[in-house]
Amino acid sequence: MAESRRFLQGATGDWELVIGLEVHAQVISEAKLFSGASTGFGAAPNSQVSLVDAAMPGMLPVINQQCVSQAVRTGLALGAAINLESVFDRKNYFYPDLPQGYQISQYTRPIVGKGEIVIDLEDGTSRKVGITRLHLEQDAGKSLHDQHPTKTFIDLNRSGIALMEIVSDPDMRSAEEAGAYVKKIRSILRYIGTCDGNMEQGSMRCDANVSVRKPGKPYGTRCEIKNLNSVRFLMRAIEYEAARQIEIIEDNGRIVQETRLFDSDRVETRSMRSKEEAHDYRYFPDPDLLPLRLKAEWVAKLKAELPELPDEKMIRFVEQYGLSADDASVLVSELDRADFFESLAKGRDPKQAANWVIGDLLGKLNKTGTELFAAKVQPEQLGKLLDLINEDTISGRIAKQVFEEMFETGKDAADVVKERGLDQISDEKALKGYIEQVLNANADKVAEYKVGKEKLLGFFMGQVMRATEGKANPKLVNKLLQSRLSKED
Amino acid sequence: MALDKEIVARIAKLARLEITESDLEVMSQELSQILSWIEQLEEVNIEGFEPMTSVVKMDLKVREDVVTDGDQADDILANAPERKDHFFVVPKVIE
Repeated sequence: MAESRRFLQGATGDWELVIGLEVHAQVISEAKLFSGASTGFGAAPNSQVSLVDAAMPGMLPVINQQCVSQAVRTGLALGAAINLESVFDRKNYFYPDLPQGYQISQYTRPIVGKGEIVIDLEDGTSRKVGITRLHLEQDAGKSLHDQHPTKTFIDLNRSGIALMEIVSDPDMRSAEEAGAYVKKIRSILRYIGTCDGNMEQGSMRCDANVSVRKPGKPYGTRCEIKNLNSVRFLMRAIEYEAARQIEIIEDNGRIVQETRLFDSDRVETRSMRSKEEAHDYRYFPDPDLLPLRLKAEWVAKLKAELPELPDEKMIRFVEQYGLSADDASVLVSELDRADFFESLAKGRDPKQAANWVIGDLLGKLNKTGTELFAAKVQPEQLGKLLDLINEDTISGRIAKQVFEEMFETGKDAADVVKERGLDQISDEKALKGYIEQVLNANADKVAEYKVGKEKLLGFFMGQVMRATEGKANPKLVNKLLQSRLSKED
Repeated sequence: MALDKEIVARIAKLARLEITESDLEVMSQELSQILSWIEQLEEVNIEGFEPMTSVVKMDLKVREDVVTDGDQADDILANAPERKDHFFVVPKVIE
């Protein structure tokens, strides 16, 4: 644990990095938070806009029950307190993609209060990170700046979609911890189906509050970094920002509290000066909306109906399948990965299944940049490959080759084996033929073996495997070799 | 509570209102008067009263999660000062 909390080195000694994160997660629902327009992604511009979303005079917001339920379920999954009464406020600012001139949000009385999650770090340790709150708010429309040299184009399809803003305590102390936090939040949201967690499409976005301090001293002045649309960029931005702040302070400068934009091309953060004025949001309770009251029984029912969460699943994988904590942790980090493993392990050796998923499949997905759901090898296909190994039709080594081709082409394991003639040779007569060949060609080594150099058995094995292009049944070759070599005295 | 010209100018800026220097003086006096008038409410003892959120006792109305609206881009854009295809077009606002 101390490892991950290590300090940053400056010219004047140690610095501690302090990070708090705001995650904006688009709620999975059919319709928007306060209107009946669709939330679908990628529709024609302004085709999914109601008069409420366009803020036409006299239109009134009516809250979508499903969005409330999704926020409560998320709160429960984050181990957080659910506030049975919460209030919607107006956050006032002007921007072309915000037709109301205010965002309906929650300020002093959010729907979800304090919670806590556990994040898992590279070195196998874990840490708790506090959740300050979660509140419901409207998303803004989308501004397109690249369509015209002097104009901005506005599409309001996103305007009014429900967002959950999840605010963490300033509990993280390194870029790695911040990355692990976002991954864990994303995993939880996906498990319970309240947000698809797709950062590239913008359905999950993240702002980071970053400051530095001398160890044990009070918090330093923080800067808020926006525009972090991947975990990698988040970590890069934090590293850059920490170095920038340390340098300023060590040069006897002062950190100005401000909003900074991450530029992923230049890998740097820069000031968004024009936003500073806008920080006075003049929140007040939205007079169009009554307080949101929830029934305790309803919340209890949602809690009872929550699916198994990543941490629970990990414990079960260790207990039920005898996996190591590390393997279980890799498998449960994504729901589709965990499901893949479970269907593969059904009726098979769980450790073998875990090794193939983690080692071969994930390796291949990483290398080719493929998403699991899009892979041509699904549990049924991979299962048939494992069955061929376990039936001694092919060796483990051949199986790796077969897997490569399956991954490329989506062919069945049995077909690949047949087409390429990779069946394991388990016919004793045929194998004996290969053994004779090898022994005849290496008479000198046979003589050495007989005077006691028994290590050479491995050499003979290797030669037989080579002669059969890896197709010989290794167990059988071993047995036949031993009896053949011991017999001839 | 008195509002000086500086605060009025700031409020106007946040509300995107243009106010002349001479109006600032008048505004600050008028707004200060309105505020002090409303401040009389502070004389009422509200100890033990729940904040009233509505004149009638009712719950927040909710809607089902069903798509009932949309497909009216032409109506939505009908009053737009400038448009291109089905986009609103505004002066460039990028940072």
